[in-house]
Amino acid sequence: MMRRLLPRPALSLALFLLWAALTNAASLATLLLGVLLSLALPFITLRFWPDARRIARPGLIPGFAARVAWDMLLANWAVARRVVGPVAKLSPAFIEVPLDLRDPFAATVLGSIVSLTPGTVSIDVDRERWVLQLHALDAPDPDALVREIKRRYEAPIKEIFS
Amino acid sequence: MNPIIEFVVASLILLGAAFALLGSVGLARLPDFFTRLHGPTKATTLGVGAMVLASAVYFTATQPGVSLHEIAVMLFLFITAPVSAHLLAKAALHRRTAAHDKDVDDR
Amino acid sequence: MLNFAIEAGFMLIGIAMLLNLWRLLRGPDITDRILALDTLNINAIALLVLFGIREASSAYFEAALILAAMGFVATIALCKFLLRGDIIE
Repeated sequence: MMRRLLPRPALSLALFLLWAALTNAASLATLLLGVLLSLALPFITLRFWPDARRIARPGLIPGFAARVAWDMLLANWAVARRVVGPVAKLSPAFIEVPLDLRDPFAATVLGSIVSLTPGTVSIDVDRERWVLQLHALDAPDPDALVREIKRRYEAPIKEIFS
Repeated sequence: MNPIIEFVVASLILLGAAFALLGSVGLARLPDFFTRLHGPTKATTLGVGAMVLASAVYFTATQPGVSLHEIAVMLFLFITAPVSAHLLAKAALHRRTAAHDKDVDDR
Repeated sequence: MLNFAIEAGFMLIGIAMLLNLWRLLRGPDITDRILALDTLNINAIALLVLFGIREASSAYFEAALILAAMGFVATIALCKFLLRGDIIE
């Protein structure tokens, strides 16, 4: 019964929170409309969604998100310094990170985090070789960067999703 | 308005504007497309995020009720920035290899 | 203090947008121009939000929201066109 009414509980919750934020949670009426919408929209869009993702350890998400946010601030500082400093001294590079992840959604999350954090932008996830291709603004030591990404971001994501 | 809140809003605005400017300086100054990609995706996104946060704090302090809708925009910007960067990088790579193949064919 | 921060913010964002415009006109590749356009759009969002704070009116916020959504879709559509030569497959 619960599953029939709420085919995607996480999606419904996210929709409701987004609606509440967008309307500033102004009145009970708008919140009720939000409940209706978050119940109805998953039914309408059900066919577009890939299989429901199982998050194994949701308790780890807040800590990981806080760390990513902090890293984002540090990374911005680093990028800002390099942008203002001498351009010729930079050593930009294309780097391939071999992945342990085997889940497209988790790989997408990793790619987005990598784009926002240390001086790197993800370009492509090769789903045949499971390699994340990225471009680094300044990477004198590519191997250290690969190890850093695997340890800092990939390992926690793997723990959260599997 | 409370001076502490005013200080917080003012510093968030200045910080945000400075980061937005730095991102644009990177876009204008760096030597090739892939390095240029770094400025806007990171610095400008964070800058506008800080600015939107300033707006949220300001309207929560000055108007009745909380002002949450800014948070939705911030979330949206932080989710879309890596996607745009990813697709732009892919397009640039595609064009570069296409141009390369054409050179090889012409020979 | 707040007034000074807002005026300074307008100036910084203005310079940023001029730099974006320069990159938009200069290129050299079309991907550079798309990136410049996207950044110009994000800076325009910042400008609108700042204007909303100055006028103490949350009406500008709706415009910023629409700009954010439309800008993202535009960038994606342009990239898709470059990648596939078509937008809707």
